[in-house]
Amino acid sequence: MTDVIRRVDRQSRGTAVGRNVGRLDAAVKMSGRAEFVGDLEIPRMLFGAVLRSPVAHARIVGLDTSEAERMPGVVAVLTRDDLNDLDPFYGHAIRDRPIIALEKVRFVGEPVAAVAATTVAQAEAAILHIDVEYEELPVAANIASALDPAAPILHEGQLRSGAAHGLGDLPDRVGNICYQYAIERGHIETTDASAAIVIDREYTFPAVYQYSMETHAVIAKYSGGEIRLWANCQHPFLVRAEIAMLFDLAIEQVRITVPFLGGGFGSKSYTKMEPLAVALARKAGRPVKIVNRVDESMVTSRRHGMKCRMRTTATEGGRLLGREAQFWLDTGAYADNGPRVTATAGDAAPGPYRWQAFRVDGQCVYTNTSPSGSYRAFGATHLQWIGESQIDEVARAAGIDPLDLRRENLLHRGDEIRSRGKPLDADLIGDVEKAAAAIGWGRERLANRGMGVSVGLLAAGAHPVSMATVKMGATGGVAVLVASTEMGQGTRTVMAQIAAEVLTVPFSSVVVAGADTGFTPYDRSTGASRSTTVAGLGVERAAREVLDSLLETAQEVFGVEDPACLEVRDGAIWNGTDSRTMAELVVSRFGFIGGELVGHGEVKPESGSGSYEEGPVFWEVCVAAAEVEVDPETGVVTVLQTATVADVGTAINPKLVERQDEGATVQGLGNALFEEMIFAEDGNLLNDTLLDYRVPTTMDLPERMTSIIVENHDGPGPFGAKGCGEGAFAAVPAAIVNALADAGVLMNELPLTPRRVWQRIQQLEHRSSER
Amino acid sequence: MMQLESTINGRCTQLEVNDNELLLDVLRDHLGLTGTKRSCEVEVCGACTVIVDGLPVSSCMLLASEIDGAEVVTIEGLRDTTFYERAQEVFTRHATVQCGFCTPGLLLTLWSLTDGRLGPLRDLREELSGNLCRCTGYQSILAAAEELTS
Repeated sequence: MTDVIRRVDRQSRGTAVGRNVGRLDAAVKMSGRAEFVGDLEIPRMLFGAVLRSPVAHARIVGLDTSEAERMPGVVAVLTRDDLNDLDPFYGHAIRDRPIIALEKVRFVGEPVAAVAATTVAQAEAAILHIDVEYEELPVAANIASALDPAAPILHEGQLRSGAAHGLGDLPDRVGNICYQYAIERGHIETTDASAAIVIDREYTFPAVYQYSMETHAVIAKYSGGEIRLWANCQHPFLVRAEIAMLFDLAIEQVRITVPFLGGGFGSKSYTKMEPLAVALARKAGRPVKIVNRVDESMVTSRRHGMKCRMRTTATEGGRLLGREAQFWLDTGAYADNGPRVTATAGDAAPGPYRWQAFRVDGQCVYTNTSPSGSYRAFGATHLQWIGESQIDEVARAAGIDPLDLRRENLLHRGDEIRSRGKPLDADLIGDVEKAAAAIGWGRERLANRGMGVSVGLLAAGAHPVSMATVKMGATGGVAVLVASTEMGQGTRTVMAQIAAEVLTVPFSSVVVAGADTGFTPYDRSTGASRSTTVAGLGVERAAREVLDSLLETAQEVFGVEDPACLEVRDGAIWNGTDSRTMAELVVSRFGFIGGELVGHGEVKPESGSGSYEEGPVFWEVCVAAAEVEVDPETGVVTVLQTATVADVGTAINPKLVERQDEGATVQGLGNALFEEMIFAEDGNLLNDTLLDYRVPTTMDLPERMTSIIVENHDGPGPFGAKGCGEGAFAAVPAAIVNALADAGVLMNELPLTPRRVWQRIQQLEHRSSER
Repeated sequence: MMQLESTINGRCTQLEVNDNELLLDVLRDHLGLTGTKRSCEVEVCGACTVIVDGLPVSSCMLLASEIDGAEVVTIEGLRDTTFYERAQEVFTRHATVQCGFCTPGLLLTLWSLTDGRLGPLRDLREELSGNLCRCTGYQSILAAAEELTS
């Protein structure tokens, strides 16, 4: 049987995998018929609106909803008093967040009450008539004030671990520090003896907003003993578990349907608006739909702002010796995914170099601002620009080309990265050379222009548990059931390509629907660049089971003992020149035009428990190069060109790989150049609209963006694939920062706004005139 | 409340709307034309773009009462045009569609650029700077737009 499978592989390679087939969902999305949660309606549905706190830290001493309850169209008003029969705390990492504010509020925008009414307008009108009396508390709106010994403590008492943090035993809370991650290799103190070059600086990274164009949206239906949700969540199975826990049901009693997502980028990972919607529907006794406005989604999830101190040492000749990093991530009022972001940032801090020693200490800090969660390439994006900036400083101090310095010091394939877990599974030197070559590295520099490269790694795959089902019916059509969330990346298309490839059927005969926890088998999550690699492997295995059944039937039909005599090609099984289509074989098997073959594919950790320390499934490379121009009169930085490397093993659909890197490049450019959520001292977000929070438009594009696909067929996924889509985000800001330093402006704070850059230029000029 | 009459996707339509109702809400909630998407609500993102009397407008910032007597085309109306047929082929080939949330608004903007009513085309980057896309990085949008407007 194994031989047959191998022959199938070789002969069928390229009929679907590796092709730029058009997306399965292109037509339905262009036509406006694609359904997103906001477009759905279910019978008897009400509309919800949320009253959010106007203050960052306060005790709620009075809450009067009587007037709102009498408003036209109002069916229910939800407050803390409706949760007395529940343990209302959720949080996959730390169970610190109540469904709705209880005794106090901890950030501006925290839900305090919610109204369900017949129309959106009625619900919105009613929340204005809820009276809340706040007794204000001292506010810690940023990292420095939250770490002050006199700071107000956001969460008193012991923190409870959530069910899905995957980080072992959580350490105890210390003041406002909810999580710490430390790693140490060798003895950092001993490396200083031979150090001729020492780079030691402090850095600031901004809080930013993912801005998936579709905001968080959910429809919840609570009917005793069953909860149904239509939600735009990236991880429906993890949300299901949290909803079941909160409302004291078996997980099988909670069913979540996920239609198309209008972008995710991490903003819709883990549980967001779902618990509040369920609680409101429970109170109303009718289904309720809640669709956030952008300003509400901005305080639902964001990327962590960060302070960092880093020190790098090297020999006079530029051999790297030691690195120390301390950083503090602002996770806002609730932990959300902060602990995981902290751990990932910690792992990114050393960078993929051959250190004699390093020491990293990361802290995840509560502040009275909106909660921070996942955003594409979290952790790696936070630290890579800092680490890589110091690598370039070493190169300048040693008088070595930054690319040469990396050639000398980067890890090689097979080198250990963490004391446990997967060694390096990529060729970083080859990757960064390709990126550098693409922007014309080595070309003579013009005035006010600079070039930079950057290299990093991101632990990808998360917990490697995914299942898939593939079915073939009596007409030969194929249905793939897999819970990867289609949020724009093209996962449904890729899954169809994988199934089509295995079965040698036309891509167009494969149907892939969205996630529905009632029907699609378990998939841990859609994120960490894992879908193609992990869930895709599940689809491949499931399709092979279907193929096994077809071969079994073909053996009977042809009267062949040895299945190795049979050949699978063009959606048929061949015995010499005789053949049966797969549809014919299904009909033969069941004796009529009906029945279906069902294949199951299971992916689980290859060894051990699949924990974070034992991982990752693969290392996603974060490699880019950039050329920038700076206007010394205005401080305006223009990115002239970028190049990124997607080291994907095998590109199932090369165009989709390119789109991933192009999208990540432009998001990274926004994060580097101008995106920044600005919180005032009182905890108010000052730029909570797209007018004030600017994201990249067509006008911000570099003249040239190159995305290079590297295929070494060395991934653990189907057909040697490994994931992509995040690495470029971490790499691009770092390459831009290095290019700007190459142009003469070394920065230690993002974003690189004209004002900041101009001030830095003045500082540098002042210093050089003093000499 | 006010009565108004306008031509929506080629069909004469009578509507009763509140004075403060936005065109976006009327299209989505009264008429079920959900291809028009709601996102920023401050006329920045372009997801709610519709064509009113030949010009692309953000329906999130237009009072419904202002379309009295006007001709409105949404993505649901664009589907019947030859432009749309071409756009489907070009967008699919360039893998321009990702999450799809910006796509209907983008197509309507592009359509308005092709019928000459807006005068000679400026730089395509400028023309499309009012349609945000967070997925694609815009390269494939510009490539498709180039083909569709040339």
